[in-house]
Amino acid sequence: MTSTLIWIVLALLAVGVYLSWTAGRLDRLHTRMDAARAALDAQLLRRASVAQELATSGVLDPAASIVLYEAAHAARQSEEEHREVAESELSQALRAVFEDTRQVEGVRVAPGGEEAARELAEAVRRVPMARRFLNDAVGAARRLREHRKVRWFRLAGHAPFPLAFEMDDEPPAALVERAA
Amino acid sequence: MRIGIVCPYSWDVPGGVQFHIRDLAAYFIRLGHEVSVLAPADDDTPLPPYVVSAGRAVPVPYNGSVARLNFGFLSAARVRRWLHDGAFDVVHIHEPTSPSLGLLTCWAAQGPIVATFHTSNPRSRAMIAAYAILQAALEKISARIAVSEYARRTLVEHLGGDAVVIPNGVDVDFFADAEPNPAWQGGTIGFIGRIDEPRKGLPVLMRALPTILAARPGARLLVAGRGDEEAAVAGLPAGLRSRVEFLGMVTDEDKARLLRSVDLYVAPNTGGESFGIILVEAMSAGAPVLASDLDAFAQVLDQGAAGELFANEDADALAEAAVRLLGDPERRAGLRERGALHVRRFDWSTVGADILSVYETVTAGTTAVATDERTGLRARLGLARD
Repeated sequence: MTSTLIWIVLALLAVGVYLSWTAGRLDRLHTRMDAARAALDAQLLRRASVAQELATSGVLDPAASIVLYEAAHAARQSEEEHREVAESELSQALRAVFEDTRQVEGVRVAPGGEEAARELAEAVRRVPMARRFLNDAVGAARRLREHRKVRWFRLAGHAPFPLAFEMDDEPPAALVERAA
Repeated sequence: MRIGIVCPYSWDVPGGVQFHIRDLAAYFIRLGHEVSVLAPADDDTPLPPYVVSAGRAVPVPYNGSVARLNFGFLSAARVRRWLHDGAFDVVHIHEPTSPSLGLLTCWAAQGPIVATFHTSNPRSRAMIAAYAILQAALEKISARIAVSEYARRTLVEHLGGDAVVIPNGVDVDFFADAEPNPAWQGGTIGFIGRIDEPRKGLPVLMRALPTILAARPGARLLVAGRGDEEAAVAGLPAGLRSRVEFLGMVTDEDKARLLRSVDLYVAPNTGGESFGIILVEAMSAGAPVLASDLDAFAQVLDQGAAGELFANEDADALAEAAVRLLGDPERRAGLRERGALHVRRFDWSTVGADILSVYETVTAGTTAVATDERTGLRARLGLARD
């Protein structure tokens, strides 16, 4: 009788330790996801600022300037639920403006243009990186949260269900080639 | 930036991953970053100042061959001490799925962790069994790098999630500026790799050799790499054996000179390659490349635009392509030119900057790497209750 009781207590203890370990794992994943989201946010803001700077610098022709300014402005001001669309549109605008290698060369020869082109090239390379890292974290967190043990014991607490960030982040080829 | 790099394989044994880490560390040090590499090494091996020994690696049979790995209590303690002393901004683990230092570091660290997946091994049985343990450790990695699109695909299939593709780096100018050796010039075919490792494909090349030598009587084959030379030429007619020259293990300088000298570099590998650094090195040195059409090779050669491909393990196709190329100087000059342009994207200046971008992306807004202090059970239970 006593031995059965001891076994039950031991089993319960083991389950408790396992659940607590899983909760720790989940907590760490949420921290990682928050950091990745902040990093993506920083890269997107950086990209939009450089684009806006270039658009207002007068280095580009007026039509390209307006297209780029519009897109960069919309991306910076967009509400959370429209952000994926606005950022995708900025990617498209950047691709349209910097489709031609000559346009990139034009920016580089302007005073301070070398620096601006380098910054933009860096930003358009880092956005896809940061987005992959975020979606990787989101995927891992989702897989764990969908598991029975997490749902049944509500280990995730009140944390919102993780959402991936989907957007068109294809960089303009002429700009990235230059950096390569 | 304070960068900690974890090498899973013995520092004193030459290998692709070790060279990659050595060059990466050198690149970061040149840029003024602080770098510390944790690697298995015998205690009496002389090490460069930036390498910290994690103790001797133990040879164990793993994944079809004998691997030298680090595990156990002592290694885990050394990993923890290295993390603690280093106070790194970012830790970069290579090959985190091999049961060695990489995995131990994953367990012991928290904070920004970057990991590079070099191999694209099909999922092994052991990995399926250890999946839950592995997953919990790999979840800590903030950024995954795959060395090729092929390696990324296998990674995504086996472990889920995603990774960015950053190729392995090569010091292009080191190869481009090497002095050709006249003794290795004039109708020469080059092969570099372990002679007794069938996956490197020397047997395929040996089967193709009689046809090549019949069509190009002046041709010679130069083989650099260790292994049993007698056994390698055993299948060849006795009269042709003198046309194969074995150079043994060569230094980096001689490797570059060899690649600068040969008229054709042949990579007949039959599998197990996830990248193909040797092809990039050959192209950097201006050698026209003929390689088997493995996924990874096709990608490095730009789907056949920067070098020719032949059907894997098909000795006749290899012989036909080699004969055609050796008789066509114009095509070879075209490949040289195309290759020289193509390899720029694999130069350390590009690859290193990309890896640094990854570091900067993951460190933005987070704290430095620390040892993972296990949360006390009571605190955890408190967490589980709310």
